[in-house]
Amino acid sequence: MSTIAIPNENLTRTGVAATLPVPAPLADADRKPLTKKETAADHPTWCPGCGDFSVLALYYKLIEKRKMLHENICTVAGIGCSSRFPYFVQAHGAHFIHGRALAFASGVSLSRPDLHVFVFGGDGDAFSIGGNHFTHTARKNIKMTYVVMDNFVYGLTKKQTSPTSPIGFKSKTDVGGSTDRPVNPMKQAICAGATFVGRSTATNVNHLLGLMDAAMSHDGFSFIEVLSECVEFFPGAFDAAIPRKGGTFPEISADHDVTDEYAAYKLCDEPWPGMFGTFYKVNRPTKNANEAKLITDARAKLAGVPDWQILQKNFDRMK
Amino acid sequence: MSDNTATANQQGSPKTSTIAESVIRIAGNSQDGIQAIGGFLARLAGRSEQDVMTFMTIPSTISGGPSIFQVRIGSGEVLSAGDEADVLLCFYDHSYANHISSLKRGGIVLYDSDHVKPNEELLGTYHHIGVAISSLTVEAIGGTGRDKGKNIYALGLIARMFDLNVPKLTKLIEERFGGKDPSIVKNALDCFNGGYGHQIQGLIESFKFEHAVHTGAAQVVMSGNEALAFGIIAAGVRFGAGYPITPWSEVMELLRRELPKYGGTFMQTEDEIAAVSMAIGASYGGRVAVTGSSGPGISLKTEAIGWAVMAEMPLVIIDVQRGGPSTGMPTNQEQSDLNIACFGGHGDSPRVVLAPSSVEDCFYTAIEAVNIARKFSTPVFILSDQAIATRIEAFPCPDLQNICQDISPDFTPVADHKPYDLSAPDGITRHVAPGTRIASGKYPVATGLEHDELGHPTGSGKMHSQMNAKRRTKLHKLASEIPVPKIYGATEGHVLLVGWGSSKGPIEEAVKLGRSQGEAVSGLHIKYINPLPENLENLFSGFTHVIVCEINDEGLYGYGQLASILRARYCDPRIKSVTKTDGLPWKVKEILTRALSLTK
Ligand SMILES: Cc1ncc(C[n+]2csc(CCOP(=O)(O)OP(=O)(O)O)c2C)c(N)n1
Ligand code: SF4
Ligand SMILES: [Mg+2]
Repeated sequence: MSTIAIPNENLTRTGVAATLPVPAPLADADRKPLTKKETAADHPTWCPGCGDFSVLALYYKLIEKRKMLHENICTVAGIGCSSRFPYFVQAHGAHFIHGRALAFASGVSLSRPDLHVFVFGGDGDAFSIGGNHFTHTARKNIKMTYVVMDNFVYGLTKKQTSPTSPIGFKSKTDVGGSTDRPVNPMKQAICAGATFVGRSTATNVNHLLGLMDAAMSHDGFSFIEVLSECVEFFPGAFDAAIPRKGGTFPEISADHDVTDEYAAYKLCDEPWPGMFGTFYKVNRPTKNANEAKLITDARAKLAGVPDWQILQKNFDRMK
Repeated sequence: MSDNTATANQQGSPKTSTIAESVIRIAGNSQDGIQAIGGFLARLAGRSEQDVMTFMTIPSTISGGPSIFQVRIGSGEVLSAGDEADVLLCFYDHSYANHISSLKRGGIVLYDSDHVKPNEELLGTYHHIGVAISSLTVEAIGGTGRDKGKNIYALGLIARMFDLNVPKLTKLIEERFGGKDPSIVKNALDCFNGGYGHQIQGLIESFKFEHAVHTGAAQVVMSGNEALAFGIIAAGVRFGAGYPITPWSEVMELLRRELPKYGGTFMQTEDEIAAVSMAIGASYGGRVAVTGSSGPGISLKTEAIGWAVMAEMPLVIIDVQRGGPSTGMPTNQEQSDLNIACFGGHGDSPRVVLAPSSVEDCFYTAIEAVNIARKFSTPVFILSDQAIATRIEAFPCPDLQNICQDISPDFTPVADHKPYDLSAPDGITRHVAPGTRIASGKYPVATGLEHDELGHPTGSGKMHSQMNAKRRTKLHKLASEIPVPKIYGATEGHVLLVGWGSSKGPIEEAVKLGRSQGEAVSGLHIKYINPLPENLENLFSGFTHVIVCEINDEGLYGYGQLASILRARYCDPRIKSVTKTDGLPWKVKEILTRALSLTK
């Protein structure tokens, strides 16, 4: 029996606990890529026409394309309409609390180098209540892929202003129109130190799938903003980015230097609907790799020494 | 100065008395290294098989400030750091003024005559001995004009007074300062020898500790914070996350430094919410993780802990309590987080709460907490406090070879899996970590929404009731397994003093003191606070008064936090409450007097 490739074979397996046991890849030549039927779980509770459906469908496609196996898929989310995601994926997953999905996912990522963690969530979850974690997970470059389904509104709680709502947006908390300057997610991510920063729409499926695929291959914190329409509370929000609705889909040109931070910032300021594609991508040591190095260095002199003897040494010094 | 003194000095050496124990209080500023003196004394006692307990106050100001370190060394069992000092060493006028009243009548005050001007009125009450510690230190190290090292000089003076083992102390000093610039060790030894060699004018008496009973086991000497961190490592935990806050920081600093040696890591996160979330994520990854904090940080963690209760995820949360609410009294002793540990958060969220009673108990409680978290798939709080965290005790070195455990996750594929199986006989959830293949192709979601047996959301009130019952029932199972505490002293009598956490030692001493005065007093220490062990009501039944002594406020209805729980649980009107919030550990006499006054 030949060994099938470990699912994320082209991913760098770095991480703490590099010395701790992780599951051995199963030797199972017969296992075929998962089909949508095998990956789909609960029927999504989203409103018909919600943009999030298409992101979910693309995740199934990505799983199939990357030949990921059930047991190695780990999907994490916070709270919001979009954050219901893990229930709809037939795989290991966690539905955590509002705004803290990145911190939870960091715990998984740092302790389980064999997994590639995907986090899905909404704009409120990411940039409002979770803003601090967004900044620090990006800054530390903790390896995972974060897809924010940005609908410019609080969907689950039924139409309050979100941190990405445009000025003038009329919501239940801003009946006369929002006055606060919205977050620019691309700028926020680059500034915080994310090492892969991309933008797409739920309607341009090929473009988004390509971006998710590239994000997954990135060794670091990869972030994608997906404009995903809330048909219930902000219908038509992204028409300007949908060609079949008369809009345009301005793609970042092939000659953009993705390692040029200033060029990336410039792209962030393009007028609505802005640019789509990879704004920024650099390689910087991940937190996972940095911690793994600490461990390797600390253990360099301890090869073969059982844990209790390492501890005994400490205790002997306290005698 | 008495004639007695003169005679003694003429004869060249003071008389020597053999003592069973002594309480030495050192008062100065924290930057003078007074903790170091205490640390040396504690470790020397540990190496001499003597029992030792220390008590330390840390200033909350950044640049240091008034600080004390109290060491109680005994040849028998030492239960508390001592109500009154036998010897007070003070470096400044403020140390003298603030601490002279902690000295017992007739006790010795050894003061730095370069800085301290004794109070004339007290000369008859305490035995005053002035030594120009600052200038003599400068002299001892060759006159650089700086008195850095006066702590070690003072250690030398104490070594002379108590006839301490000089070769052992010298070795400790060499170990402590060795490895650095050799001139540092030399300076330290010069200071020590200077102090030891100094002829103390006016010393009427020197002391010698009784030979301690040889227990055979070598002793280790450490603080409660160290014992907790090492216990966590021994338990096999390899991931933790936290955010700095006094007095918890030391635990996280130690774990951050040590865990990589074991293949693990500890994350300093952006805040306490991230810390608890990251730890829960790592637990979900398959191996129970640890987080911790003190008061304000524990408040921040409560939402995520509620998730861990709901998702039934194992987790260990260390709470090194300090004075609250809010920023409160950051460097003071208090036991006021019992309520947040047991009940903090919204909804019905049963979890486990354990409170270690001593430094040694910190080590073993950490391991027990990890094992309860794993076995019952639940968050477990460890309630330590400022007093245990910072004090140093000696205890027999644990048998690490047999204690250290490997809790690596098991990724063996399973046929089918229902994490929240309602038909499980013990009601306990068992998670399979990501990476585990489930042959049925049905994978679970760990969730904070009320869920069905597979972890999928439900709006069913019936399911919510069943799952609430499941989460509570498993703690009943735990309650039936935890040991019933034993009464300290007679099992029947007039007064039962009940305590928890670090109050154990002072309460047991209060029992001894009370019995010596003819009072029918006994003690009961409750370590397992949530769930409570079974059979407590029978233990209470042997006494006319059950008095719970705890360091928190009596609240709106006149009862401390544990007393309120016990009264609610047992509906027993004999349960009364003695509380205080003066920021200090219990004094033995304080407990006894206040408890007895409730019974009169
Ligand atoms: C601590 C906390 N505060 C508030 C809420 C209520 N809440 C749930 S989702 C949400 C906002 C969701 O908006 P977003 O993240 O944009 O997700 P969407 O529903 O739009 O996909 C809020 C405020 C909560 N669940 N927890
Ligand atoms: S409310 Fe909006 S975001 Fe939520 S499911 Fe409906 S359409 Fe989607
Ligand atoms: Mg939203």
